[in-house]
Amino acid sequence: MGERKLRIMVAKPGLDGHDRGARVLARCFRDAGFEVIYTGCHQTPEQIAASAIQEDVDVVGLSCLSGAHRYLFPRVVELLKEQKAEDITVIGGGVIPDQDFQMLYDAGIKEIFTPGASLDSIVEWINTHIKLS
Amino acid sequence: MYFSKKVLEQSPALKKKWEDEVKKTVARRSDQKERWSTVSDLEIKRIYGPEDIKDMDFERDVGYPGQFPYLRGNQVTGYRGQSWTFRMFAGMGSAKDTNERWHMLLKQGQTGLSTAFDFPTLMGYDTGDPHARGECGKCGVAIDTLEDFLQLVDKIPLDKITTSMTINPPASILWAMYCAAADIQGVPLTKIGGTIQNDMLKEFIAQKTFMCPPGPSVKLVSDTVEFGTKYVPKWNTISISGYHIREAGSTAVQELAFTLRDGIEYVDDVIKRKGLDVDSFAPRLSFFFNSHIDFFEEICKMRAARRIWSTVMRDRFKAKDPRSWWMRFHTQTAGCSLTAQQPYNNVVRTAVEALAAVLGGTQSLHTNSLDEVWCLPTEHAVEIALRTQQIIAEETGTANTIDPLAGSYFVESLTNEMEEKAWEYIEKIDAMGGMVAAIERGFPQMEISDAAYKYQRQLDAGEKVMVGVNKYATEEADEIPVLDIDDRVENEQMERLEAVRRKRDSKAVKRSLDDIKNACKKGENVMPHCIEAVKNLASLQEICDVYREVYGEYRDPAMY
Repeated sequence: MGERKLRIMVAKPGLDGHDRGARVLARCFRDAGFEVIYTGCHQTPEQIAASAIQEDVDVVGLSCLSGAHRYLFPRVVELLKEQKAEDITVIGGGVIPDQDFQMLYDAGIKEIFTPGASLDSIVEWINTHIKLS
Repeated sequence: MYFSKKVLEQSPALKKKWEDEVKKTVARRSDQKERWSTVSDLEIKRIYGPEDIKDMDFERDVGYPGQFPYLRGNQVTGYRGQSWTFRMFAGMGSAKDTNERWHMLLKQGQTGLSTAFDFPTLMGYDTGDPHARGECGKCGVAIDTLEDFLQLVDKIPLDKITTSMTINPPASILWAMYCAAADIQGVPLTKIGGTIQNDMLKEFIAQKTFMCPPGPSVKLVSDTVEFGTKYVPKWNTISISGYHIREAGSTAVQELAFTLRDGIEYVDDVIKRKGLDVDSFAPRLSFFFNSHIDFFEEICKMRAARRIWSTVMRDRFKAKDPRSWWMRFHTQTAGCSLTAQQPYNNVVRTAVEALAAVLGGTQSLHTNSLDEVWCLPTEHAVEIALRTQQIIAEETGTANTIDPLAGSYFVESLTNEMEEKAWEYIEKIDAMGGMVAAIERGFPQMEISDAAYKYQRQLDAGEKVMVGVNKYATEEADEIPVLDIDDRVENEQMERLEAVRRKRDSKAVKRSLDDIKNACKKGENVMPHCIEAVKNLASLQEICDVYREVYGEYRDPAMY
């Protein structure tokens, strides 16, 4: 039996439509051999958490460029926890000022990637940190 | 023929001699890289000469400003009679915060206003709706009702200052608020001037602030065009936008082609749906382009755009008024070209991009601030961006003469090449049955995705360079001040909205919302009813909910 593929969901919480990064990453993850679920723009944290559980993903990658990450990212983690899905790793990216990093880490976001992060470095982080059971 | 016989006779031998020298030199020291291309990956030759543009016809393809095909500009006096409009996009927090920023900008010499709305407003939600949580005031100003709008334009003379509003699905509503505000200031609709972006097609293609499906979205756009044509003659009712297409990762040619094809779609719809004569509304169509970092590619794109549009309007739509042939456009420097790393470098990028826009003949310009990769701009950063325009306009001499790059072998050749490639796209989309049909097939979306992904891969491979990101990177981060929108803005805005809800006449609100619903169902123009509704203090979302109910909601097909 071959090892199963890593399942990752790329999601855009909130009303932000800047989806270039999310779409480029979705393609990159596909090329890296992951199973990719992209949910598109304008998802509420509730929708994202529900899809993540339903799709049984290993990782949720959140992308936000609108400045609303301080509410939206922690909310996704919280909802996953409430639904006993804290084994799903949540990472995030977008326009996230340095001063917000700690607050997001404290809220359970495992890693944050900001503009300039290379595609390979993101894939590498996932391969290193996500152990498939 | 563009050149005298003599030039074309002399050139080949001289060129051959030069080529021989190149071969020898390259044999000794090879070029730094094999392939040289624009940021959009259009391959560029080592040199261009008379043979590259020998087939041009001076009268047909070039000419003078104010002459068909308007390659060299619409205005016969260029920037001498009037500089481009310094129009900085601004909006943040509450209406009061934004009004203060506007007054600051006007004091600093800005000549037009441009409004950035927050995401709930852009998407047709009121502050407090579950979809809107966390977003209030973050990316722009929050507007829920006419009361907010009146605060926004407080002490702004609407008969003297023109205002652009970047608003799309709820464009009819924000414009209705503007009309109502003018009315309250005692300014007749015939005197107000400005622009609503109101370009829904590029939302489906790129910017993704959509609400209803493409068909009814275009209908609402045509409503505004009809209303403007009849009652608000100085208003630009659509700003057909390539900016967001480019920011989403398209090439320059795709930006050019998709934008112009969107324009064709709107003109078609207004003629067919409203029965208006093309010359009655076409002069008020305006455009909006991106000015990216590849200097010549941008200049050529803008020159080509004018030539294509004039041809489309004259030959395809049989417009007779030369003003219908004009492509008037606003430009914004490329947000996506800026870097979070070494942010002060962004001042340089923006200056180069602004210069390209001016050499491309823009009528209006927004220059990005150095900190816009991180946040809405701070006051100091905006001031530098505005000064960049003023330096170009008043120190560099760029505005002295019209279209100074015309006649350059390279510029004319690249202009022709981009035009040709744009036509290929336009014809392809025509063959698909138009832009709405192409969008439904995901054609422009996937073309852009391909280009964006390719560019990112080139960047990661070092084939394309972003200074400070994949070359000349430094460990030390440059700390810059970042503007933070307090999360309290959201609560205060919710209270404001509640206060309005308590005091308004709810029966009048209901009645005017019903009127809008009936107009939607009958296919009538919604604009007069929208003005009535906002005057009755119906909220943005209440009106948008009517649109959603009648027309349905569009969901992101999530293509990648």
